[in-house]
Amino acid sequence: MRIAVASGKGGTGKTTVAVALAMASSEPVVYADCDVEEPNGSIFLRPEVYKTEKVLVEVPVINEEKCTSCGKCARFCRFNALVSLGTPPLVFPELCHSCGGCAIVCPADAISWTGNTIGEISLGKADGGRVSVVQGKLNVGSVLAPPVIRQVKSHIPHDGFSVIDCPPGTSCPVIEAIGESDYVLLVTEPTPFGLHDLKLAVNTVRELGLPFSVVINRFDEGDRGVEEYCSQENIHIMVKIPHRRAMAETYSRGGTLLDGIPEMREVFKDIPRIIERGIEEK
Amino acid sequence: MKIAVPTSGKTLESQVDNRFGRASGFVVFNTEDGTFVYADNSQNLNAAQGAGTQASQNVAGTGAGVVIAPSYGPNAFKVLNSVGIKTFISAPGTVKENIDNYIAGKLSETDAANVEGHW
Repeated sequence: MRIAVASGKGGTGKTTVAVALAMASSEPVVYADCDVEEPNGSIFLRPEVYKTEKVLVEVPVINEEKCTSCGKCARFCRFNALVSLGTPPLVFPELCHSCGGCAIVCPADAISWTGNTIGEISLGKADGGRVSVVQGKLNVGSVLAPPVIRQVKSHIPHDGFSVIDCPPGTSCPVIEAIGESDYVLLVTEPTPFGLHDLKLAVNTVRELGLPFSVVINRFDEGDRGVEEYCSQENIHIMVKIPHRRAMAETYSRGGTLLDGIPEMREVFKDIPRIIERGIEEK
Repeated sequence: MKIAVPTSGKTLESQVDNRFGRASGFVVFNTEDGTFVYADNSQNLNAAQGAGTQASQNVAGTGAGVVIAPSYGPNAFKVLNSVGIKTFISAPGTVKENIDNYIAGKLSETDAANVEGHW
């Protein structure tokens, strides 16, 4: 079973929840860090990395012998990655989305492709080898998170238990990270901001047709808006994590939720079973 | 020679815009006859990315040989440099003040991008 841990708002505790799910389990689990703009699951899981690989995307190369400087490619490019000033075009690889359109519209067959490195995948083992950690990292200055996320997901086996630590928000990287999951946990906080972004995330997950429930982090702080919304919308609240000073202290030293609030271990251990039962009932 | 200056208005009395790629337009001043035209750049105001490359393309299309702007990102600079457009650093003030200062030799030229890329 593949559980995606997502949120509308950033900083609500996705990584905290995803790490807790992986560490509370006694089964082999794959932890996939798809928050590729700032992957930080490894800070808590401390995997031993045994392999890294590059993430490449195709970007155009202009054959200046063949190019007639017509500028059609640059006018076609929606991402402003090609600039033609009556000359063979300048290429800006970091702006390219690899759509391939420039080569299609080129009347002179002057465009071929080369690989441009936009990120890196690392594979490691944590918790004595039980937790397989796959981390994607997007290079600073690159804008294309989805190809890095796709490559992270290519390392997740279809069978067995896996946890996806998603990027925040509701845009393309999140859709890519959530896709093919069996279930989504939406982490939020009991604040007006948390509620606002939770609603966006709920709409997204409903659009994708995936079963989901909500985790409220620091539920005893803030207001009751999130709980009232979930009740109105008939959304199940899977876990309410209390606010504890001990958790903040543990977290600041790189400890997990299970270290900071030990009674959460049993709660998180049960989550995959609860989800599985829920899915079977439907 | 033509001088392009990013601005939020459309005249010589308008203030210099503090951004090059996402300025709403450029006042292009012709030093030979003292006239100017306005070149629209508004399609780049909300471009998701690549405003610098496109604005540079627009400026090149006006026939300008000099740009006066507060800052140039790496992509904008690369395009301007590739077609030999000179890049000078503006001071806060109007388009006209900056053009006068340029003609008086009071502005400095930059031979590299002077800000990081930004979206």
